[in-house]
Amino acid sequence: RPVLLSVICHPPQNYPLYIRSVPTENELKFHYTVHTSLDVVDEKISAMGKALVDQRELYLGLLYPTEDYKVYGYVTNSKVKFVMVVDSSNTALRDNEIRSMFRKLHNSYTDIMCNPFYNPGDRIHSRAFDNMVNSMMMQVC
Amino acid sequence: ITEVCGAKRVGYFGPAQFYIALKLIAAAQSGFPVRIESIKNELPLPRFMALKNDSEVRYGTPAELHGVKFQVPHATLEKNSYKRTDEGDKQEPKSPPMSPICSPPASPSTYQRIPLTYGYGKSRSGLEQHHGAPYEVRHPTHQQDGSSSGNYGAKPALACSTLSRSLSVEREQPDSSAHYSDDPWRITEEQRDYYVNQFRSLQPDLNSFISGSVAKNFFTKSKLPIPELSHIWELSDVDCDGALTLPEFCAAFHLVVARKNGYQLPETLPETLLPDYLQAASLKPLRDCALFDSYSESLPGSQQPRDFSRTEKTSAEEVPDNSALLQDTNKDDKQALNLSTAVKMIPKEFQHLTVKTAAQEPNALKARPRSRSYSSTSIEDAMKKGEEPPTPPPRPQKSHSRASSLDLNKIFQQNTQAVRSGWLPPPPPALPPRPCISQTEQVSEVEIHSQMNRPPSQAEENSSAKKEVVLAQPPSKPTRRKLRTEAQGLETPELSPTINVTSSLPAVKPHLPVQKQSSKQKRAIQTAIRKNKEANAVLARLNSELQQQLKEVHKERIALETQLEQLRPVTVL
Repeated sequence: RPVLLSVICHPPQNYPLYIRSVPTENELKFHYTVHTSLDVVDEKISAMGKALVDQRELYLGLLYPTEDYKVYGYVTNSKVKFVMVVDSSNTALRDNEIRSMFRKLHNSYTDIMCNPFYNPGDRIHSRAFDNMVNSMMMQVC
Repeated sequence: ITEVCGAKRVGYFGPAQFYIALKLIAAAQSGFPVRIESIKNELPLPRFMALKNDSEVRYGTPAELHGVKFQVPHATLEKNSYKRTDEGDKQEPKSPPMSPICSPPASPSTYQRIPLTYGYGKSRSGLEQHHGAPYEVRHPTHQQDGSSSGNYGAKPALACSTLSRSLSVEREQPDSSAHYSDDPWRITEEQRDYYVNQFRSLQPDLNSFISGSVAKNFFTKSKLPIPELSHIWELSDVDCDGALTLPEFCAAFHLVVARKNGYQLPETLPETLLPDYLQAASLKPLRDCALFDSYSESLPGSQQPRDFSRTEKTSAEEVPDNSALLQDTNKDDKQALNLSTAVKMIPKEFQHLTVKTAAQEPNALKARPRSRSYSSTSIEDAMKKGEEPPTPPPRPQKSHSRASSLDLNKIFQQNTQAVRSGWLPPPPPALPPRPCISQTEQVSEVEIHSQMNRPPSQAEENSSAKKEVVLAQPPSKPTRRKLRTEAQGLETPELSPTINVTSSLPAVKPHLPVQKQSSKQKRAIQTAIRKNKEANAVLARLNSELQQQLKEVHKERIALETQLEQLRPVTVL
């Protein structure tokens, strides 16, 4: 059951800083999905207007006729977007779990930011981050 | 091989994994595929290149012994735990019962370290243990050693000459030694002192933090690639606050040093490098750092330094505090020394950069060519150490030319300071802002003149300095003053930007008698200074010219912009 995770840089570039998917086939399709979902994310951000946008969750319910999967989004205060694609057959995943996963991601991301050797906008190569993501994805799959 | 034998899975090489790995090596070398089944075959002993006879024997015996054991249980065994207990059982008659988890790492860890260490002889004693020598559970750290050694993984091929060397040398491992010298992740006292001094140079208050950017600049000088530095930071900044406390800094520094000496970085921070551990450890009394000799500088290549560590120790050093130290080196301490040796090699680079000494001067300063004395307790010695590398450090990394010329300037300042006095107070931790290089260069030149007190060279260098002074931009005058006053108390404050040179001469002359060094050294230093001055002069001139151009271009641009504004009377602001 595919799960894909991506961390996307803040606007205006909106390129991915980190993409990880389990399993790794069909990755391109997920990349595409993530990219298209960015539009929806942006739309939601602007809709929020002045309100705080952290802990925000986006449930897209994007459904293909052949495959179905859900796309979740999360935006930090600095407009860094986390996008997660999970298979709809994975009904075990509940809202709370998704939220907690995003929270963990956010924490790890801030840890990366604290590293002076990391330049914001670079791709994320941190092993700690990788480990955290791996463990999270193992949990889900 | 690592994966097959299961070390990857458990994270370290227990005896079972170790034996399996050896058998797999033999299998691979005999052309069999690397699979568990291969172990079943009758295999010749694994061949490790450049192995001396006695070590071959030693390696042979355990493999044989366990090879025998392997044949029988293997058919029924799964990979790891079962085998391990088997091995454990069989081992029992030979040695006190080993718990599969925590006991073995003595030998495997040393084995793992063999490709990387400079003579950690633990493997020898470790192998002896296989033969039934009383097995001492070495250190509680072995557990985490194991986990870190798991990363060293399948490097048996690298065993090579380091293995032979370490095996052929008799090493007694004093278990009671407080230095656990076989553990590269454990910081010895000397290293700790060194790290603390470095910390102090960056941040005088030992209880406070080093900020991320400061630490970044500092560690960047170690010339490790940025991803590795990033990983090191990740490991050592345990509380992830973007700043390094003293124990975090020591851990980070230690990791840098280890990395430069060829160790792979662990995936997780070894226990001995945890801040809590380090803080507790820092309360231990300072060990007499009598071990540290001068080491010849060497690149932290993996194979070379062990030879260096040998030669280093035996080379005669003229520094007084070293002569006694040399005699102290015994096998006991060699292991501690070895990593520290390696450590010292790195600090050289650091010091070379942090202290920023001129390249040619160290040779002249000390009669002995390249050795350095390491006394971790004084910055003066540390500086001397830093002065020794004979060639100017290449600074290719993130710094641009500006920074490197800054360094040169600082070099002269620092160096002359050291020469002058037994200069103990640490150098100013951060370079003061230097808006204009030409100014600083002139300043440093002037300062150096006064410091070195060499009238003839002064005359010639003063004239060149004068030229640069003329090119000076007025707004930088206050900067120059600031630099000067902060750097030397003795500098005559009346040196004005334009007249400084001439007035400096008379002010400087009284200092002449202060400097009493051998004339040979002086001359060498002089020539070095002269060359550097010339280089500086050229660069400064170029810089000022470019700045002039820049100014003009700016003016043009402003003019054009105002024109544009005028031509567009209606603009939406």
